[in-house]
Amino acid sequence: MPDADYAIKIDDLTMEFPGTVAVDHLSFDVKPGEIYGLVGPDGAGKTTTMRMLAGVLTPSSGSAIVAGFDVVSDPERVKHHISYMSQRFGLYEDLTVNENIRFYAGIFGVSSSDRERRASTLLQAAGMSPFGKRLAGKLSGGMKQKLGLICALIHTPQVILLDEPTNGVDPVSRRDFWRILYSLLAENVAILISTSYLDEAERCHRVALLHQGRLLYSDTPAELKKKISGDIVAVISPESRRLRDLLRGSQGLLNLVLVGDGLHLMVDDASRRVPELRARIESANLPIERIAEVAPTIEDLFVQAVEKEGARTGSG
Amino acid sequence: MLVRDLVKRFGDFVAVDHVSLEARPGEIFGFLGPNGAGKSTTIRILCGLLRPTSGEAMVAGLDVARRPEAVRQKIGYMSQKFSLYNDLKVMENIRFFAGMYSVPEAAMAERADWVLEMAGLRGRESALTGTLATGWKQRLALGCAVLHRPSILFLDEPTSGVDPVSRRQFWELIHRMAADGVTVFVTTHYMDEAEYCGRLVLIYRGKVVASGSPSELKSGATKGELLLIECEPLGRALDALQTAPGVLDAAIFGSAIHVVVPNAKEAITGLTKYLSGHQVTVSKIEPISPTLEDVFVALTTRQAEPGEAKKVL
Repeated sequence: MPDADYAIKIDDLTMEFPGTVAVDHLSFDVKPGEIYGLVGPDGAGKTTTMRMLAGVLTPSSGSAIVAGFDVVSDPERVKHHISYMSQRFGLYEDLTVNENIRFYAGIFGVSSSDRERRASTLLQAAGMSPFGKRLAGKLSGGMKQKLGLICALIHTPQVILLDEPTNGVDPVSRRDFWRILYSLLAENVAILISTSYLDEAERCHRVALLHQGRLLYSDTPAELKKKISGDIVAVISPESRRLRDLLRGSQGLLNLVLVGDGLHLMVDDASRRVPELRARIESANLPIERIAEVAPTIEDLFVQAVEKEGARTGSG
Repeated sequence: MLVRDLVKRFGDFVAVDHVSLEARPGEIFGFLGPNGAGKSTTIRILCGLLRPTSGEAMVAGLDVARRPEAVRQKIGYMSQKFSLYNDLKVMENIRFFAGMYSVPEAAMAERADWVLEMAGLRGRESALTGTLATGWKQRLALGCAVLHRPSILFLDEPTSGVDPVSRRQFWELIHRMAADGVTVFVTTHYMDEAEYCGRLVLIYRGKVVASGSPSELKSGATKGELLLIECEPLGRALDALQTAPGVLDAAIFGSAIHVVVPNAKEAITGLTKYLSGHQVTVSKIEPISPTLEDVFVALTTRQAEPGEAKKVL
């Protein structure tokens, strides 16, 4: 690799389709041994970015170097040095789990001894060892997704691109998924994974938060949370709707969301506002079970960034 | 909605195994479970699309097994795909769904008006649905699903993949409908969505394994207590923790590991020592409160049979 510091390096990457800019001057880099997340809602440009990095879509402008090769001038060599799992990864439903793995190992030119060793490790990590002889078409949704991942990982490229691999997968299978990804880092691969589940950002080393083709932030999850200006306070109460009406417009209140068993408030300073809010609730004789500061989430940051930008999100 | 001892068998396979549920008017009810746990089968029964093998399900006061047609007039359904016609105009979609749900002609104008207002689509009646931003599309789909004023609304991962700002606006609408007495029944894998529900029911292998409000589940349902460990190198630490004495579960969260132990405070010293014996450097180890995902994983894996649970228990 010419530049060993980076497994992926993109600068001002842009993709325009008629009437829309799907990816808008995106720049970031991914290092070997790192799991980097492309995190954002549908339409944020995640899949388009992945496809450009996989060498299957030519960018309108900007550059991207993947595993040492330029995706614009050398897309074929890029394809040989990566593993790319698209959202519609093709499993053969009428082949068994083992047959699917053997098929992909053949395509990627993996030797049979490597294949057996790797397949058995991956199947075990996925909790799928007992299902080798089951037809892929008979697997549950979560297992199908895991088999797709196993097939994509049966060879050991330096760069792995995974486009929303956990979409529609239940939390138990999702944990298996992440366990497999972490186990690969020992081989110093770089993993770029996209997700629309904002809470999955927490599992990446670094993330790019994307919205409408643009980069909102790129950093570690811990650093991202420090960027939130304000504290989050959770209130648990059976009277959440009445509480909301009471607290609207309170001093220092930046944002208010109704959740299942109460409210989430964003305030300028929790240590100062919690006692004030509590007093206000108690003097109105409304019941509360708990009011306390809680850790902010990536979603809180996302909402703040989008509102600050005044971006159009269909909010009328 | 009242469900008692509901059973659905497909041959030898029991998809729904004596499920009992009760949802009051105005309640936002979250229905969680892994793929294949029996969620969709239950919902298809509740919508009158599938006959139960045994047991009873009353929806909006009607027995779903005896009067499936009447039940369907009382419920609204919105899937994550929104099922709108992208090549129809906004108003055409509204008229199409009004026809499907037999909204009387006299009430049509008022209902259409209500949808436009709620979805923030006034002035865009003639826009092609396919050209709308996701947030608008989603609220239009919601409006179309409730044109006939159903008393129960089924939502299947309604805000999956939607940007968080639109998602919060959507849930604001759902809470408003619930305040008007509509029972809302949400199925999701998305723990962020589950947080918006007043009560959660977790189904696994056809059985209800837990229920309660999000905060009740978080405080009571995990088998042990949770520790957050920041350490290097992560992969080796995870491997070591999977087999560490007293560790019930270990999962990676970004640059940290969540570990379930019987008693968090007591485990700190032992685990720190154990990890350093495995050449792992611990930079931080502290008790934390569980997320809904921790709860979900703990409850489903606890139910698994011993042989299958080796990884997590």
